[in-house]
Amino acid sequence: MVTALPLRLSGATLARRGKRLVGPVDLEIGAGSITAVIGPNGSGKTSLLRMMHGLQRPASGRVEWSLPDTQARTRQAYVFQQPIALRRTVLANLAYPLRLRGLPRAEAHARAEAQAARFDLSDKLAQSAPSLSGGEMQRLALARALVTAPEILFADEPCAALDGRAMREIETRLIGASARTRLIIATHDMGQARRIASDVIFLLHGRVHETGPVETFFASPQTPEARAFLKGDIVE
Amino acid sequence: MNDLLAGLGEALRLILTLDAELIEITLRSLRVTLSALAVACAIGLPLGGALAVWRFRQRRFVIATMNALIALPPVVVGLVVYLLLSRSGPLGVLGLLFTPAAMIVAQVVIITPLVASIAHQALRDLWAVYHDLLISMNATRWQRIATLLIDGRRALLTAALAGFGRAIGEVGAIMIVGGNIDGATRVLTTAIALETGRGDFALAIGLGVVLIGLSLTVSWASHWIMRTERRGTW
Ligand SMILES: Nc1ncnc2c1ncn2[C@@H]1O[C@H](COP(=O)(O)OP(=O)(O)O)[C@@H](O)[C@H]1O
Ligand SMILES: [Mg+2]
Repeated sequence: MVTALPLRLSGATLARRGKRLVGPVDLEIGAGSITAVIGPNGSGKTSLLRMMHGLQRPASGRVEWSLPDTQARTRQAYVFQQPIALRRTVLANLAYPLRLRGLPRAEAHARAEAQAARFDLSDKLAQSAPSLSGGEMQRLALARALVTAPEILFADEPCAALDGRAMREIETRLIGASARTRLIIATHDMGQARRIASDVIFLLHGRVHETGPVETFFASPQTPEARAFLKGDIVE
Repeated sequence: MNDLLAGLGEALRLILTLDAELIEITLRSLRVTLSALAVACAIGLPLGGALAVWRFRQRRFVIATMNALIALPPVVVGLVVYLLLSRSGPLGVLGLLFTPAAMIVAQVVIITPLVASIAHQALRDLWAVYHDLLISMNATRWQRIATLLIDGRRALLTAALAGFGRAIGEVGAIMIVGGNIDGATRVLTTAIALETGRGDFALAIGLGVVLIGLSLTVSWASHWIMRTERRGTW
């Protein structure tokens, strides 16, 4: 099977106005299920995800997929920290990525409706997307990102603004999606990382401090920073 | 004061009896303005969208120029179009001078920058919201512009209404290139100028009432659209 993985970052840095925000980062993301990118606010989770997805060009170093960029790009999807609703109906939002790929309207709508059913949005199809509640909006963003059956999905704090029930709904669907999609999820919620991830990337000050399987990381963190972070100390 | 009152009375009569000349002039005004508006929108709306999503080197310059062109004096536009279309001018062979087509050309030049500029401002704001999502989804440049035009359609309607308001009330340019010929190129504004000069205030005021009525209707419509836009219902 053709695959865009592994994704390799070598010496990749991200800068804004000459100031380095992230890196240098050396990482390899291969086959697997769910990777959690964890770290305190401002540690560079969003920046790292955006750089991997190609929304931000590295200032130095390389971000390389195993396929040419243009091909790798169509195999990825991204769920933003602040969900972005197209000013259209829920149905049109779900059909949109398919329409961009040239699917005929009828087929796109049929698949969008099926996706809505999977994400419990069937009774909202005709509603305008910007009028959805936070939880529904997040579910729509996830459903829309997955409607093209991407090989890789980046999700940036997909449950940041949600309460317990909405969070569980999203987590259930993330785990469901991980059967066929490689997930890279940014979260500052350690509980969430433990619940759904198989391995973690621990970020601090834009640097990768530790990577490894979830159990190992939580049972015996190797760096003092990670230990402090896990203990709940304020890490700066 | 008497002239005004008498004029208003006579105007009312002309409107209520659907005076043939009044109707003819009004319909011609609408035809010319709506034709010009259609062309201006066909150019200005995609241009506004393109300027919102397209980063090219002279972009700022183009936008600044476009905004400056809004303030172009219509009389000067009329003069230039006149010279282009006059028999000895470069486009003289087309024989358009003193026809409604010439008036449409002049109005297109006058309102396209306005339509494009309002469209650009609205679509730029929408692009700020959509940017990351559409880049992430690999939308092509044309798909990006099309998406903005579709989802920003309400704001674009207000751009079109502004263009309509400017065109329907314009007199200087169309007077020059149309010639205000009875039965051929006479429209509301040029007729008002003529009848006022001739002292036929009744017809002038009747025409004025119709013109103001049209402009008010458009202005109310645009306010109403803006309100529903803000409420986010569509
Ligand atoms: N557009 C930007 N301009 C300047 N600095 C930025 C920008 N975006 C993020 N940063 C900075 O980069 C660092 C990492 O931010 P971010 O990636 O959002 O972290 P996280 O997602 O972990 O909270 C922060 O110090 C933040 O202030
Ligand atoms: Mg973030």
